[in-house]
Amino acid sequence: MALPKAKEDALSARLAGLPALSGKGWLAAARADALTRLQAMGLPAKRDEYWRYTDPTSLNAADPAPAKSFNPGDEAPPFDSLDRLKIVFVDGVFDPKASDDLSAEGIRIERLSDAAAADIHWAQGLYGALETKGQSPVQRPLATLNTAFATDGVLIHVTAKAAKPVSLVYIHNSETSDAILHHCVKLDSGASLTLLENGPAAARLNKVIEVDVGDDASFHHIRLQGRDHERRAVTHLFARLGARSELRSFTLTANGRLTRNEAVIDLTGPDARAHLAGAAVGDGEFHHDDTVFITHGAEACESRQVFKKVLMNGAVGVFQGKILVKQSAQKTDGYQISQSLMLDEDSQFLAKPELEIYADDVKCSHGSTSGAIDETALFYLQSRGVPRRAAQALLVLAFLAEAIQEIADDEIAEDIRVRLEGWLARHGNKVRV
Amino acid sequence: MLEIKNLHVKLEEEDKVILRGVDLKIGAGEVHAIMGPNGSGKSTLSYVLSGRDGYEVTAGSATLDGAELLEMEPEARAAAGLFLAFQYPVEIPGVGNMTFLRTAVNAQKKARGEPEVTAADFLKLVREKAKTLKIDAEMLKRPVNVGFSGGEKKRNEILQMAMLEPRMCILDETDSGLDVDAMKLVADGVNALRSEGRSFLVITHYQRLLDHIKPDVVHIMAAGRIIKTGGPELALEVENNGYADILNEVG
Repeated sequence: MALPKAKEDALSARLAGLPALSGKGWLAAARADALTRLQAMGLPAKRDEYWRYTDPTSLNAADPAPAKSFNPGDEAPPFDSLDRLKIVFVDGVFDPKASDDLSAEGIRIERLSDAAAADIHWAQGLYGALETKGQSPVQRPLATLNTAFATDGVLIHVTAKAAKPVSLVYIHNSETSDAILHHCVKLDSGASLTLLENGPAAARLNKVIEVDVGDDASFHHIRLQGRDHERRAVTHLFARLGARSELRSFTLTANGRLTRNEAVIDLTGPDARAHLAGAAVGDGEFHHDDTVFITHGAEACESRQVFKKVLMNGAVGVFQGKILVKQSAQKTDGYQISQSLMLDEDSQFLAKPELEIYADDVKCSHGSTSGAIDETALFYLQSRGVPRRAAQALLVLAFLAEAIQEIADDEIAEDIRVRLEGWLARHGNKVRV
Repeated sequence: MLEIKNLHVKLEEEDKVILRGVDLKIGAGEVHAIMGPNGSGKSTLSYVLSGRDGYEVTAGSATLDGAELLEMEPEARAAAGLFLAFQYPVEIPGVGNMTFLRTAVNAQKKARGEPEVTAADFLKLVREKAKTLKIDAEMLKRPVNVGFSGGEKKRNEILQMAMLEPRMCILDETDSGLDVDAMKLVADGVNALRSEGRSFLVITHYQRLLDHIKPDVVHIMAAGRIIKTGGPELALEVENNGYADILNEVG
């Protein structure tokens, strides 16, 4: 089916800004396949149902809108105190000098471009594969574009319990950088890995992570998207979970002109667990979109979605979350909550929770709320001597607590709480309750 | 200690006058009770003194040891030594009771320029005071008042009072929703705090609470004014005859 003219034009304009695909080998084949698929679907448009609340124009454009990098002052870089394997990307390009040696017990890591030269590679069955599967029932063209044109990325094979977390650090320097990163993570049966990500990466970032979580394996993911105000990002996390495996993913987003974080999770083996959580805080020009699609395809799996947003001075929050329970997925336990705390009347929260259930022995609950700070609670705290600003911060943190509790590591959770406190202290003076 | 003069208060958002010239003077170490029919303005008085939004003071003053309360933020009134035990203690999901108590104690200390309490000292003190109020460790860990029974909430108010050591305590219908045993427990908690330097204003509908917390002075409030003041026997008179006689008598 031919694309509508507008979509065709948008795609041509975007492709004109990207290098032509060439080369041979498994990666080139995956890229070529992705380009063919992209040409059939076109780029997302504001009129697409899935992009109703978030305008994709700036993500589609041939060139990124310039974005200054942000100096966080004396705030310590995240995860600095942890023993970790650090991999640094500057404006979307791997920086070997700043990175650690790409090996640790239980983990093998390769740069995408190096792996491309191999005749046979384990990532052959993963790169673009989960992304392709994730195109149904909803199309995600920006992920397909990523598969075709990714400029860098790492392939992580976890064969046992990883000796330390892998930490991807995304530094943003250039005002016009446009990064397309694609990572693959494969966890063998019983393996486990904590993947940390932090930083804005570029003026514009398009990032895909595909994760294959083997039976009894466990994947923990904690992401901080930096503090840049002007950056734009679209990210996709595609994951397939085997029997009794676990995935936990938490994202902290503070600032950012535009963020669209998609998670597409497939529970394919029985007794698997997926927990997705996000805390987003925005002041002013901030548009943050969490779009989650969880498919229960096997018995007795559990999924949780906990997304909280604090919005002020015209910030916009979006949540689109879906739980699809297939007929085979009896004994499913699904939970979804999306909430916003709006600190003034100019901010906006748009939520679209969806449940689609074909099994009959299922427990699924969902809720979505938006509201202001509880004046009564605020007065109660003040009447006990807590100054108004501190009382507000305490209540905002309490609101975010359920999301932060999803972080399995207490030390990291506490660090994130402290960062949020700092953010609230810096932005709280504008709060009109 | 507390001196209220000619206090007039209306609701901020509508033209409804609630207090029409309240005069009240409570000396150090005294326990005063205010009784009165529904809608007489008792709770409004407690809210206005503690600084809740939504009320407009149109005339009068309220001073604590000479300092004008009505111009202070609620937190400053607390730091100055005022405490209100709420009729309906507020639930705060996500904030642990212990964190709440410690934040409050240290915020007041900071405001007064005193050193903060260390975590260890604080813990010891809370446990000690909680024990006498039969508040278990579990209740201290839970979010503030969330899932607490009526009695637990009121005991938690008294625990806060014990920890914050205010000079002027206002108890707004602390007996409401309590069974006899729970009321006794709360009253014992209050009595344990009675001292020469600490005064109480006990707002209640019923004489029953005053059997346990013995007042020095009893005031009857009606239609936004204190219409009669007497000793403890006044409370008994209300208990036996209701408010009608007193209201008629005053005219």
